[in-house]
Amino acid sequence: MRKILCSIVILAFPFFILILSHLSYSQANLPADEIIRRSQAAFYYPGTDMKAKVLMKLVTKDGRERIRDFTMLRKNLDKEGGEQRYFIYFYKPPDVKDMTFMVWKYPGKDDDRWLFIPAIKLVKRIAASDKRSSFVGSDFSFEDVSGRDAEEDNHSLLKEEMFNGKDTYVIKSVPKNEGSADYSYKVSWIDKESLIPLKEEYYDKRGELYKVFTADVVKEIQDFPTVTKRTMKNVQSGHRTEVTFEEVGYNNGIGDEIFSERYLRNPPQKWIR
Amino acid sequence: MIKVVGLLFFFLSSSVLALDVSLHGVDISLGGFLQGNYTPRIVDGNDFILAEERFQLKLEASYSGVSIFTKTDVFYDAVGNEVGFDIREAYLDYFSKLWDVRVGRQIITWGVGDLIFINDVFPKDFAAFFEGRPLEYLKKGVDAFKFDLYLNVISMEFILIPIFERDTLPSPPRFIIFDPFSQIKDREIEEPKTNLENTQIALRLYRNILGFDASLYIYKGFFLIPAVEPDNLASPTKLILFFPRLAVYGASLQGSVFSGVLSLEGAYYDSLDDRNGDDPAVTNSQTKFLVGFQRELWRDFTAEFQYSGEYMYEYGEYLQTLPPGFPKQDRFRQLMTLRLTQFLRYQTLRLSFFAFFSPSGKDYMLIPEVRYNITDHLWAALGANIFGGKETTFFGQLDKNDNVYIVLRYEF
Repeated sequence: MRKILCSIVILAFPFFILILSHLSYSQANLPADEIIRRSQAAFYYPGTDMKAKVLMKLVTKDGRERIRDFTMLRKNLDKEGGEQRYFIYFYKPPDVKDMTFMVWKYPGKDDDRWLFIPAIKLVKRIAASDKRSSFVGSDFSFEDVSGRDAEEDNHSLLKEEMFNGKDTYVIKSVPKNEGSADYSYKVSWIDKESLIPLKEEYYDKRGELYKVFTADVVKEIQDFPTVTKRTMKNVQSGHRTEVTFEEVGYNNGIGDEIFSERYLRNPPQKWIR
Repeated sequence: MIKVVGLLFFFLSSSVLALDVSLHGVDISLGGFLQGNYTPRIVDGNDFILAEERFQLKLEASYSGVSIFTKTDVFYDAVGNEVGFDIREAYLDYFSKLWDVRVGRQIITWGVGDLIFINDVFPKDFAAFFEGRPLEYLKKGVDAFKFDLYLNVISMEFILIPIFERDTLPSPPRFIIFDPFSQIKDREIEEPKTNLENTQIALRLYRNILGFDASLYIYKGFFLIPAVEPDNLASPTKLILFFPRLAVYGASLQGSVFSGVLSLEGAYYDSLDDRNGDDPAVTNSQTKFLVGFQRELWRDFTAEFQYSGEYMYEYGEYLQTLPPGFPKQDRFRQLMTLRLTQFLRYQTLRLSFFAFFSPSGKDYMLIPEVRYNITDHLWAALGANIFGGKETTFFGQLDKNDNVYIVLRYEF
């Protein structure tokens, strides 16, 4: 009898583990940290490289518009979450026309950034310690453009809900180091299927909503879900930035050499046009 | 009123001028600006150092690996009462897989210093800088041939400058300036002639080493600031301004350290015509260096500090041969700079402050500036150039030229 009991327990043990693990899986599906990591991979790392023409419209509360028109090239050196290189060539406005900007982005370390000023043919290295600084005067910070290390925040799954007809995870992210971000916490609605953040709400140190990101148009491009229109709105100042991505292409075969001083000085016509 | 209507009409037409088209595979791009630049002196009277309107046209055309670029200015200068024409840049580029060539008038900037030039041996317009023109006017173009080679191990920039172009220094009547030879009016400038022997050669080798941008520089040419020699020391009647030969050997390193950018640069200036240091007219050989650190201290605020030094060799000879009554240079001249920049209102408003201070000469220059981008096409800047120190020091001699400058630029 004892033998039989014993063997039942032994036989049942793997099933028990299986049931337990399945239970925890269906409860949280994925841990919040993992959802954020996968979402960042889908949002900031699709393809081995990317090329896009980007139009930024900076709109004040009273409707005055300014334009930033540039071509952006991105290349992943490693796989998701690893080192990346960015190259930006500006068409507009006229006072920055022909300027180029290059970023070597490293996970867990400050970026290297270079700016080329064509009027004096000067390559200038730029200090990049504060990723909250505005990207070209828009409502997007550098961090918003190239991603924030997922490890810098504690993530928790608040709920799962339908958002704009999509099944989403709703995740709250709280910076581990308070001084490392402008927000005291952030709430993201992440599409379960594409893992693209459809909306993000940023709350300031007083706990009041101040910035809202929305992915306005998401298209499948070469099988990668791509946000082709997005908006960042500062709800406190009324200022907003609308960004449109055009001519998006992935896996173009952009060489490593493009992200160098040579092309900073002489933009690669093949890629920036 | 007619002027205003004229300007408005001009703005409208110039917007139409801005162009980016492709014709039969040739990409053509046209741009430029219309600018007013006014600089009243704020001490010793209320005259203007600069008052001009300027129109710039940039034209670029490229066709499969070949491109031409021209940047031409037309201006009316009310202080000199003249209309001028200036070809700032005009060059032809040929791009190949491993090498590029650029021929023509071009601006070349070398080194990692911020307004401290050690390995940047190319001509500058210091007068433009001191009279409150936009920074780009500090650099002058050279008529040169430039060859770039890109290899995996190292990249190379090789430059030949057959036509001599000197620095432009602040001078009367615009500037009130200390001149040890003020009583001698007859002056003759002897520039190096254009020939093979006088062709300036500059070479830069560079690559990235462990995340640092590293460069080596070699230059053989001339001092771009003239040496001054009277025809006769006892009773001079005429001054000869000439450009002694110079060779420069230098290096620089720049990279991210301590959440900021560290810059290191140094060079040995070999004064080929005065290696013994006994010619009082010619600058002795020197070693120059700089250490700079730039860091973003908070959002949209950057601070940069630089410390630089110039050490003169054969100082004993220099002192012995220095004519009596002449201001004495220090053996070791030091210069520090501080730059603070804050962007506000979505980077449409830029507050900046730049200071030069020499602990050895006790002279300084301060440049506070406010710049506002009114629209994408129109910006205005208001700033000041404040000089101080003893009359015989570098910045002190400009003390009577403290000025306020206004720049209004419509860009298309």
